[in-house]
Amino acid sequence: MTQVGDWFDRRLQLAAPIREAAEHPVPRNTASWFYVFGSAALTVFLLQLVTGILLALIYVPSASEAWSSLQALNHDITLGWFIRALHGWGSNFMVAVVLIHMVQVFLFGAHKFPRELTWIIGVFLLLMTLGMAFSGQVLRFDQDAYWGLGIGASIASRVPIVGPMIVKVMLGGPIIAGATLSRFFALHVFVIPGMLIGFVSLHLLMVLKLGINEWPMPGRIVRRATYLNEYHELTKRTGAPFVPYAIWKDLFFAAFILLAVAACALYFGPFGPTGRPDPTIIQTVPKPDYFFLWLYGLLSYLPPSMETPALLIGPVVAIAFLVLLPFLSGEGEKSWRRRPIAVLTVLLIAIILGTLTHLAGYTPWSPHMNAWSGDPVPDPFLHGTTALERQGALMFQAKQCRNCHSLGEVGGQRGPALDSVAVRLTEDQLIRQVIQGGGNMPAYGKNLSPAETTALVAFLETLHPAGQAPARDAARDMAVRESGTHP
Amino acid sequence: MSNENMLSRRGLLMKLGMLFNGLVATALAFPVVRFLFSSITHGRGNGYLSWVPLGRVSEFPEGETRLATFQNPYVMPTDGKTVDTACWVRRVEGDQFQVFAINCAHLGCPVRWFPQSGLFMCPCHGGAYYRDGSRASGPPERGLFEYPHKIENGLVTIQAGELPTPGPSAALVGKKPPCAG
Repeated sequence: MTQVGDWFDRRLQLAAPIREAAEHPVPRNTASWFYVFGSAALTVFLLQLVTGILLALIYVPSASEAWSSLQALNHDITLGWFIRALHGWGSNFMVAVVLIHMVQVFLFGAHKFPRELTWIIGVFLLLMTLGMAFSGQVLRFDQDAYWGLGIGASIASRVPIVGPMIVKVMLGGPIIAGATLSRFFALHVFVIPGMLIGFVSLHLLMVLKLGINEWPMPGRIVRRATYLNEYHELTKRTGAPFVPYAIWKDLFFAAFILLAVAACALYFGPFGPTGRPDPTIIQTVPKPDYFFLWLYGLLSYLPPSMETPALLIGPVVAIAFLVLLPFLSGEGEKSWRRRPIAVLTVLLIAIILGTLTHLAGYTPWSPHMNAWSGDPVPDPFLHGTTALERQGALMFQAKQCRNCHSLGEVGGQRGPALDSVAVRLTEDQLIRQVIQGGGNMPAYGKNLSPAETTALVAFLETLHPAGQAPARDAARDMAVRESGTHP
Repeated sequence: MSNENMLSRRGLLMKLGMLFNGLVATALAFPVVRFLFSSITHGRGNGYLSWVPLGRVSEFPEGETRLATFQNPYVMPTDGKTVDTACWVRRVEGDQFQVFAINCAHLGCPVRWFPQSGLFMCPCHGGAYYRDGSRASGPPERGLFEYPHKIENGLVTIQAGELPTPGPSAALVGKKPPCAG
């Protein structure tokens, strides 16, 4: 056995450098559970490579057959569903682990001197991971993928001057079709993974050459002149070999992450595919995958005039900031205990992304397209109403008001809930709002006859809690009293 | 002296070799780049656009808006169902038509027509349009995209072939005139 090993090593001469890399000394307190996310990201990446190749054995990257080949994977091929589920959940875990790794690295000040380039390559790796997540969603060529591409094209088209050309290059033609899927297949399977392998290798090489970031101590300041000597002290004098001193935690966590991916895959199953990618089926509510939900939310809350600049300038500024970060704060304190702005920034971004993701879970900005025909007006709102008011309730349903306004907590949330609208708006204000619209509401003046408007407003006037009077125009009451006539 | 000459001769040959490779690479770059960007150059001018029939005029009742489908004129062998496209046809009266793209002017999701309220609504971010395609509310910056159309031999025909996108002029087109009072 040893002889065979020696035979190979005399030719390969890899044993010595591998042993040197494995046993390189690391600062003792880096053998921590906080330092396992980088290797976990690599583990999930390897899982994605393997499951991706397995899927490619069956998947057909053709617009006319991709969807059917995914159905075959889900239903016909033995355990095809499980491999798809592993790949889909692996994708979610990879984005999550990469983000956690990034936050940990930032909070531990690992982006500072001399590891600036390691950080910058890490930023590129994050972008590539997101690129894999998006292109992977496209390969699941279903309705969500089709309309998701439309959203991508609509965003790309807003680039000044060259926008329409970018759209044609992105789609590979004038519309979303076969060429679009083929080029996203090439990106997802050849281009981005190739770049990922290259950049991950560089990233790892630099971790080996520059050494793992030491555990940050408040008051231990990074200075370009002295840092390398101080780090040398921590590793060569008091450090411990990476293998086996620190690696056992990486190994345990890697196995744990793989187990977690497998458990999710087993329990929740694969993602989609949803309906066939047939553009003539318009009864669809497209939604992006989990890690792009925040963007979906952001796009509905940006005011129209802000949208194009925010979409085009926002990402450039964000990426530039991340790339320049190690140059803006390349020295100084590493410990999160002495970097309150860093901690608050991370928290703020996490809360914003978390809130937008949470909102995109139930999309309060989307009309409920079937609410008008599906959700009846709850009984209590009709109890004791006059014929005119009931006629108004009918209008309320028939004119799709329900798609955007809820009653009894059922219906769209695009506009305000109307359970107690009569307390907020007077009769005149209700009429004006219905006829002229405003805020985020279309004007219904052309689509309601005067009689219909009267009935609808009569119904809306009944929407107030018991014991709370509807809003009234005091000046109008006074005018009526003085003139002694009824309006 | 002779050593230096030897070096510079080898150096010159190496530089010539690099130059030679550079020339070949540049020559090869032309077809590669043209291939990569062929989807732009193919559709230069109105290259992708053609006139496509949607159906007989009589299929579209006056005063109503109906869904119509057509096959995109530019088809590749592996396109499958993706070349089938939907659009909304509004027959105002007589031969007066409006043909709207299915794609919302915000981010391209498919809008749906609600005849009862006379509105197009988008399921994605809640954009809404009036029956004439003008913007009613929500995030879109403009009205629905309209296909150029004509009536030919009793057929409603539209000029189509490209995915309508908001484009760089999204903010400039379809803005309401300032309120006169």
